[in-house]
Amino acid sequence: MEQTDGEILLEMNHVKKSFDGTGVLQDISLTVKKGEVVSIIGPSGSGKSTLLRCATLLEKMDGGELTYLGQTAASEKTDKNGRIQCEYASKAELHKIRKCFGLVFQNFNLFPHYTVMKNIIDAPIHVDKVSRTEAVARAEKLLAQLGLSDKADAYPYQLSGGQQQRVSIARALALQPKILFFDEPTSALDPELTAEVLKVIRQLASEHMTMIIVTHEMQFAREVSDRIIFMEQGVIVEEGSPEALFTTENARVREFIGKLQ
Amino acid sequence: MSLLTMSAQLAEGFLITVEIFVLTLLFSLPLGLIVAFGRMSGCKVIRIISKIYISIMRGTPLMLQIIVVYFAPFYVFRMQVGTGYRFPAVIVAFVINYAAYFAEIYRAGIESIPVGQYEAAQVLGYSKAQTFVKIILPQVVKRVLPPVTNETITLVKDTSMAFTISIAEMFTVAKQIGAAQTSVVPLLAAGVFYYIFNLVVASFMEYLEKKTSYYR
Repeated sequence: MEQTDGEILLEMNHVKKSFDGTGVLQDISLTVKKGEVVSIIGPSGSGKSTLLRCATLLEKMDGGELTYLGQTAASEKTDKNGRIQCEYASKAELHKIRKCFGLVFQNFNLFPHYTVMKNIIDAPIHVDKVSRTEAVARAEKLLAQLGLSDKADAYPYQLSGGQQQRVSIARALALQPKILFFDEPTSALDPELTAEVLKVIRQLASEHMTMIIVTHEMQFAREVSDRIIFMEQGVIVEEGSPEALFTTENARVREFIGKLQ
Repeated sequence: MSLLTMSAQLAEGFLITVEIFVLTLLFSLPLGLIVAFGRMSGCKVIRIISKIYISIMRGTPLMLQIIVVYFAPFYVFRMQVGTGYRFPAVIVAFVINYAAYFAEIYRAGIESIPVGQYEAAQVLGYSKAQTFVKIILPQVVKRVLPPVTNETITLVKDTSMAFTISIAEMFTVAKQIGAAQTSVVPLLAAGVFYYIFNLVVASFMEYLEKKTSYYR
């Protein structure tokens, strides 16, 4: 599964972020190559979700660099007082960079007033200016893949949590992103629905979709990832292949993984 | 006076009532949205001005506001206004008063939309304008319909306040006839008119609510 010679899709260097003076991310660096599946694990409050939110431009970094496929989204500058600042690219450039990635939220965040079909085709049509026929064709293919073909005309409230999450995966994939981020995609779901969402992610992994997954599902992370990152208190404590991480000497990582198994 | 002549006279007043009602809604519904934006603006000065505006409009009697709007051109600018200014003054007073109430309803509606909706739209690449028009506004409309219905029904009854500056809307007419005939029947008849008008308004709003109930 290990791919070493892939193209670098995402590069985060020395990312720093604090909320009200509390350092949530302290000098985090992360590189993700094409086809890689990277899981980020760690206790609550470790900064995993903040890292994902910085990567997806939902949160502004205080320092560090963020690059997608060689396009710089943010770079570090030192102002005249010697303070580190983060300088973001122009609105137009950021809009272009957003096309590189998709994000699947913990709470799905589907648009409740749109049908499943419209949730999936609206952004391709109105943001990417894809023709309606093309967008519908893409959506139908995705819905078939995710086992939701009969739900195209349903509204989100009529679906189970697992189905809603699969629709939100389809919505993200419809824009054909290079990287797909998952922010605790199964935390709002019961074990049965979790399984159906994990199945979809597993399927995407087998198709070599590049994915970064923040999760508490240890066994799943072990099975699907090329690399696992363990974060705590805003730093990467350990990083490596699933085998390496699950057999680590680091007492803290062993304790955390042990508790969850 | 026969019931028929009385009804005919009331109907004439009723027309003015409907005019005030329609014109007020026509202008205050959109103006309320602008005030709501001001209330949520990133600029502190605009936010404070909007807040003061809403506070005054909600904190003082509509009747006083009508009087102020009517007399302001003379007392502030020494402008002579004829009786022709009465009706516009009533409309202006009603519009600025109702816009304040609508603004607060809209603001509550907009702020009740989960932040996740904005974030999902942002990640999908929607522009700010697209996000508001396509994603947020339709959900806001659904949520604000019940309180807007309340305000609208209050407006029907508030139109009677136009009598303050001698606009002969229905209630004024009813009082005049009542005084001339020493009878309460005209007032009761006016009550029936108001009630029926509000039934129509309420069922129309109910229809709109039904139209937006296809999702939750």
